[in-house]
Amino acid sequence: MNNLAVLPIITPLIAGIILAFFPKKLQWVRPLSKIFILINLAIAGLLIWTVFSDGTIILETGGWKAPYGIVLVADKLAAILVFTTNIVAAACAFYAPHSLTDRKERYYFYSFFFFLISGVSGAFLTGDLFNMFVFFEVLLMASYALIVLGGDKVQLRESIKYVFINLFSSMLFVTAVAFIYGAVGTVNMAQIAQRVQEADQQGILTTVGILLFFVFAVKAALFPLYYWMPHSYAVPNPVISALFGALLTKVGIYSIIRVFSLIFVHKSGMTHELFIWIAGLSMIFGVIGALSTNNIKLIIAYNIIPAIGFILMGVGVLNEYSISGSIYYLIHDMLIKASLFLLIGTVVYATGTSDLRKFSGLIHYYPFLGWLLFISGFVLAGIPPFSGFIGKLLLLKGALASREIAIVIVGLLSSLLILYSIMKIFINGFWGEKDESIKRISLKGRMAPIVVLLALSIFIGVGAEFIYPFIESVSADLLQPEIYIDAVLKE
Amino acid sequence: MEFIISILAGILFATAIYNLLQKQLLRIIIGTLLLSHGAHLFILTMGELKRGNPPILTEGVSNYTDPLPQALILTSIVISFGITSLLLVLAYRTATENETDNMEQLRGNDNE
Repeated sequence: MNNLAVLPIITPLIAGIILAFFPKKLQWVRPLSKIFILINLAIAGLLIWTVFSDGTIILETGGWKAPYGIVLVADKLAAILVFTTNIVAAACAFYAPHSLTDRKERYYFYSFFFFLISGVSGAFLTGDLFNMFVFFEVLLMASYALIVLGGDKVQLRESIKYVFINLFSSMLFVTAVAFIYGAVGTVNMAQIAQRVQEADQQGILTTVGILLFFVFAVKAALFPLYYWMPHSYAVPNPVISALFGALLTKVGIYSIIRVFSLIFVHKSGMTHELFIWIAGLSMIFGVIGALSTNNIKLIIAYNIIPAIGFILMGVGVLNEYSISGSIYYLIHDMLIKASLFLLIGTVVYATGTSDLRKFSGLIHYYPFLGWLLFISGFVLAGIPPFSGFIGKLLLLKGALASREIAIVIVGLLSSLLILYSIMKIFINGFWGEKDESIKRISLKGRMAPIVVLLALSIFIGVGAEFIYPFIESVSADLLQPEIYIDAVLKE
Repeated sequence: MEFIISILAGILFATAIYNLLQKQLLRIIIGTLLLSHGAHLFILTMGELKRGNPPILTEGVSNYTDPLPQALILTSIVISFGITSLLLVLAYRTATENETDNMEQLRGNDNE
């Protein structure tokens, strides 16, 4: 029993409510939101420290005993992800005043921003399936408001599709929870896991598992359910795209990792084999999408899909290396996607267009920006010694150990194409003839958050020796569902 | 009783899917509404439908009603209520800004 587990959810919630009282006073809202997000980052840091030194924190809300009340479970995976979420959020909070117009900031941007963080942290920390649905709704509600912020014609058009598809999958989530409740009589994840194990995961349970996978796959934008994602992520302001790209799809894939490493693990021939196929197809179709367009925002948005494919591949293979690889890649991708979206946002700000054919020779005006984009392309594609490489190495090692040769080949080829899709921006936009029509404008304040994010993602690659033992202990815990079950139910 | 309600939920799901596949924005919203009703009825059915029993387990009372589905539904109803109202406003704004409520015409590739 330790209240630390609820603080990463409560703090942003309170911050959002406080900031909602005076949204028009930007001179107060801006510094206050930075202070709040740093406080929350410190809390998440404390959480990760406590969890790794003292073990999983269980919080039974309202003092109700574990299977009956709602539990919050801060295990190692949740703690790491909450911490990474807060790093990304802090970078976005510092970038936001430079990127958003005053008008957009006044329309409760910071309040919704904090509600989003609260929902994401909640989804990571909860130990109750229905509660997970509620936190999904919290973060989706905030995202609905953020995606239409500004209310452009294109934005409205894309966001209505976003809302429809998410509402549909949420309702299926409720139905899946109802099925689970009907079949095993509980919504507590640890107890579900226990009872599914006792029932040897027979017919109906696997079907419900697939239904849940469908729900999470829609949220995570996996093949063939990704079609709503690229356009709706490309239309809002870059800082909002960065939050969505780094956090929202990752909540979906986190749920898949959690549910399919804890609950539905007994018929892996049926479920996990399917995941490997879907992972491979996501990689292929994601990179095809990224190569097919000249809109630089869309290129980055499409690059989310193969990344999710890589993470899912680790879950599909389900051995120690592959799960470590998935977690490594998940953390790496949260950091690098946020920094890429912010970088591209800066490029769009500097050139005034997101069409790659309309500018060239940008390196003459913004050399630093150009090299940052170059490095992040390397980090994303997984060129050694950067962080993407460590994640992919572990994933491929795991896949080879399980004799899944086809997925290894697909993974390697798609990495190459991912690198090409980013380098395309660099070659066409930054090299080439000097475009005289571009005027050099100050990018003051925009670079610091990007540099911090990029430095961190380089650090988790170069400092793998330091990071890897932690990730390994996370995956060791994940592969033994009994640890989670015993921690929650205390038997 | 569970049997009838399950079929009713199934009918709601079917009509919801039919409406979701329409082109008009308002029809799609009605589709999502029906879908949420179907899902809620479904949760209720999962907790067994009984009448006249207290929702508590005390010593000596062996026949009780499961209170959890009600709690789940209430949460879910509030959420879908909120989202539907947001969706109606959003659809209205989209239709006025884009001057159409037809999903075919809202497809749009002009930002590629």
